[in-house]
Amino acid sequence: MADDINMANPAPGTPAAILGSAVPRIDGPLKTSGVARYSADFNLPRMVYAVPVVATIGSGRITSLDATQAEGMRGVLKVYRHGNMPRLYKSNPASRTAQVGETRPPMDDETIYYNGQYVAVVVAETMDQARAAAGAVKVRYATTPLNISRDLSDGFTDKMEVKSKRGDVDQGFSAGTVTVDETYITPIETHNPIEMHAVVADWDGRNFTLYESTQGVANAKEAMADMLGVPQENMRVVMQFLGSGFGGKLFPWTHTPIAAAAARDLNRPVKLVVDRHMMFTNVGHRPRTVQRVRLAATSAGKLTSISHDYASDSSLLDEKGENCGEATPLLWSTPNLRVRASVVRRNLGTPTPMRGPGAVPGLYATESAMNELAIKLRMDPVQLRLLNEPELDESTGKPFSSRHLKECLTTGAEKFGWSRYNPEVGSMKKGDLTIGWGVAAASWIAGRSGTDTHVSMNDDGTVRVVCGTQDIGTGTYTIFAQVVHARTGVPMDRIKVVLGDTRLPSGPMSGGSMVTGSVLPSIDEAAREAMGQLLKIATSGNPAPFPGAKVDDLALTDGYVHLKSGAPASGVRFEKILQDANVRATGGKGSTQSSFESDAAKKFSFHSFGAHFVEVEYDPGIARLRVSRVVSVIDVGKVINARAARNQIEGAVVMGVGMALFEETQYDARTARPTNNNLADYIISSNPDTPEMDVVFLDYPDTNLSSFGARGVGEIGLAGVAPAITAAIYQATGVRKRELPVRIEDLLHPAPALHSI
Amino acid sequence: MIDFSLTRAGSTEQAIRLGANAKTAQQGALVRFIAGGTTLVDLMKLDVEQPRQVVDINGLALADVVRNPDGSLRIGALVRNADLAHNPEVLRSYPVLSLALLSGASGQLRNMATTSGNLLQRTRCTYFRDTAFPACNKREPGSGCAAIEGNNRINAVLGTSEHCIATHPSDMAVAMTALEARIHVVGLKGERDIAIADFYRVPGTTPNIENVLEPGDLITYVTLPATTPATRSHYLKLRDRASYEFALASAAVVVELDGKRIRKARIALGGVGTKPWRSEEAERVLEGKPAEEAHFKTAAEAAMRAAKPYRENGFKIELARRCIVRALTTVTSEQA
Repeated sequence: MADDINMANPAPGTPAAILGSAVPRIDGPLKTSGVARYSADFNLPRMVYAVPVVATIGSGRITSLDATQAEGMRGVLKVYRHGNMPRLYKSNPASRTAQVGETRPPMDDETIYYNGQYVAVVVAETMDQARAAAGAVKVRYATTPLNISRDLSDGFTDKMEVKSKRGDVDQGFSAGTVTVDETYITPIETHNPIEMHAVVADWDGRNFTLYESTQGVANAKEAMADMLGVPQENMRVVMQFLGSGFGGKLFPWTHTPIAAAAARDLNRPVKLVVDRHMMFTNVGHRPRTVQRVRLAATSAGKLTSISHDYASDSSLLDEKGENCGEATPLLWSTPNLRVRASVVRRNLGTPTPMRGPGAVPGLYATESAMNELAIKLRMDPVQLRLLNEPELDESTGKPFSSRHLKECLTTGAEKFGWSRYNPEVGSMKKGDLTIGWGVAAASWIAGRSGTDTHVSMNDDGTVRVVCGTQDIGTGTYTIFAQVVHARTGVPMDRIKVVLGDTRLPSGPMSGGSMVTGSVLPSIDEAAREAMGQLLKIATSGNPAPFPGAKVDDLALTDGYVHLKSGAPASGVRFEKILQDANVRATGGKGSTQSSFESDAAKKFSFHSFGAHFVEVEYDPGIARLRVSRVVSVIDVGKVINARAARNQIEGAVVMGVGMALFEETQYDARTARPTNNNLADYIISSNPDTPEMDVVFLDYPDTNLSSFGARGVGEIGLAGVAPAITAAIYQATGVRKRELPVRIEDLLHPAPALHSI
Repeated sequence: MIDFSLTRAGSTEQAIRLGANAKTAQQGALVRFIAGGTTLVDLMKLDVEQPRQVVDINGLALADVVRNPDGSLRIGALVRNADLAHNPEVLRSYPVLSLALLSGASGQLRNMATTSGNLLQRTRCTYFRDTAFPACNKREPGSGCAAIEGNNRINAVLGTSEHCIATHPSDMAVAMTALEARIHVVGLKGERDIAIADFYRVPGTTPNIENVLEPGDLITYVTLPATTPATRSHYLKLRDRASYEFALASAAVVVELDGKRIRKARIALGGVGTKPWRSEEAERVLEGKPAEEAHFKTAAEAAMRAAKPYRENGFKIELARRCIVRALTTVTSEQA
């Protein structure tokens, strides 16, 4: 049977050839027809609505909170605030599987730590009644001095945490003949998925069911069981469809326990939708980073030292650092390296991962520095990178499981036409426009999380795969069906994928680009088990359609069990075998071991790589700059779904355009309240900002990670886009701004005259 | 959002009567007309607008675009922005208006937004729209202006006062200002035509009063004067991203050329003024001069001479100058 299928390199024409093909999303019709139910779409009998009241100061305490008027308003059931809020425990701070965004239980005290903090929650029969009553709650505050300083220099002390170190950076720096020593800044960015955070909480007297917009049902279940003080088995979390998350929905935020506690207190289902203003304050952000990068190289361009020191903001409540140095120790070869980090505390909400956390802002800094070094060396930036390719992961001494960064660079250069690159500022023209080119490398960590799945072959002719992971809009449903089809040959339209429910076997959080690498092997194992059981019934059941045959003599093709020597149609449909044997289903479990716990996997450094080549068009007369063309060459192992994977990279590149040119959460300095807290004023890329994109996957299977050779593609596409764009901006305009975003006002006064490098 | 009653007006007279029940037609009005709703509904959800009665005027027969015998164009108050942008008469005679409309908002919003609603759009100033900020003289007269010392990158540099620096957000109204549109209003005291230059007010000490409308006044149509065969027009909008963003600076230019000489020029600016900003200073520089860059630059200087920069928006002065120069260059070039 199918044991010999190579999942990483499937033979053409076989069912396994679906791995890597551009299969449309199987959940697409549900979404385009409106059938798909997102968390806020769940409406339960007797359901009521919760609307928070938020702090309008950034630091201080509540001196009075008058809910009298609100409590008397039509439809209002209760106004929760400090003092009458049902008890909530802290989520276990030592747990890695029960994480929350903000660890302080909501309304735990009367201190205001950040603007937008929930100070009360109104529950009413209708949404409008709750909103109206929330507006009638009168809160008075005593303010205390607030600190949202954008200057993070308080983080640059000798107490910085050393994250990675080899050799002696200071010696290496003096040994270099050409050096770069610059500070790069990335602003606070806010996750703006179209679907806002939402929860519908139901309590049946003993059990909670939370319909929760989350990237991790399993984590949410544990964390909410902790906070609400119920046994794990009495907490169920459901998430069928997510209107994206970008990391902001990895961990539950304070609105979730509020809704659950209210549901238990009132014995009514409670719906709470976080509004767009609150999305900017209460559910995390990518923190501001200030990063000092020091590079030194020989005159031939060999790096002698890399130093990367950075600070990021966190709230007064939680210390969450942005791991900017994630890729620094392993991206380039150098004998001397040091990465140091620190976190400074501000009157802001707790930050949380955003797509490519750490590496994305980190690579903006380090790859920008590489581009500046190339200019100082008068060396082509592609050549500089090729010259500093490491043999192995120099931070651990481990070999890379699969690294093809050089090929990303050379293939990209070829596709882009990089040989025509003229480094002289302002030298390249396209009609009346000045164009600029830039390049940067990308890296993102890979790994497998432990996961369980179950696959059953059913007497109705379907195959069902279930896993307690979730699809956050990226194509997880589809690739799981592809794997089942690849293994069983049963047509795609007969494969049911069930995800997003903690009643299912435990699956991974949709974060870190790890779902694909983690779950696929366990599906494969489970599918084999289900097929093995089926063939056993076919040969030795009662009745058995192939009595006396050996399991190895049989194959399963297009849903037919048949002798390998015969055509599929000469066999028997698998559901017929089950029906005749009066067996409802065969089924089996599959498990994947975490790569962080596997001895075999611990031998390797797992990372994805990539290179982006960018062209910008600049109209100096009106300071208009647009990203016109991007070529991205991506090394993520074996691609499982070419369409979904390309979609991830293209979406990430568009997000990178926003990171380089538009995105920044702006705060009023007096109140710490965001002033662009809506989708009109928080500028992200729009359709006409989308460049012409060419995405190339190298498609080398990483079989050290799994038999499928797939790593994960969600985050790598954003890494390296911004530094490639800012390099192109410099080449077009002569403007070297080391703080994102680069905006129109920065480009009004370009370098007065053309100059050679 | 507070409770309100919704009335569908069956006639202009009924709408006027209902509107006249309010004490003001400006900020704080307790009766509001609703057409496309793209501004009003937002502001009601934000509690910035709190009308007790909303009068739906969509049933009134005000959705026609008619060419008058004298060559002027009458645009009904309820003509949707998308329809107006693609109207053949507009495309032929007033390209500046079509360009301005298409540069505004998004396709979905333009399908709903109307001519009169667009004229009455409220500012995007953060401190006006977010009631968590207590100080906004436009929203709450006498409460102060949080924008002057606050995040004011998008705010105005022309027509500001120590009480308000909010920009008028419309693109359409900027084009209509350059076209010297007249706004036809029907009210308790009958009908009147108001030149668009006289329609809007700068904030002064009363930023809550944005235009000359009185309770009950209903805009019924807008008239664009006839153009000559020598008239050319253009709209240029500069902003961060390529679509769906309010102007950081925009310029509507309407010129009549006599060979290379500019016989007549009308210049209006968006994104920089507290109202759609007509620059007669720039027009005076240009009229009678050859269409040359040196004069465009002088005109741009003249247009921005009175500009006052604030903490974050000083760049708008230079940006607006560049915008004027480019728009004039485009409109006077052979291809225009």
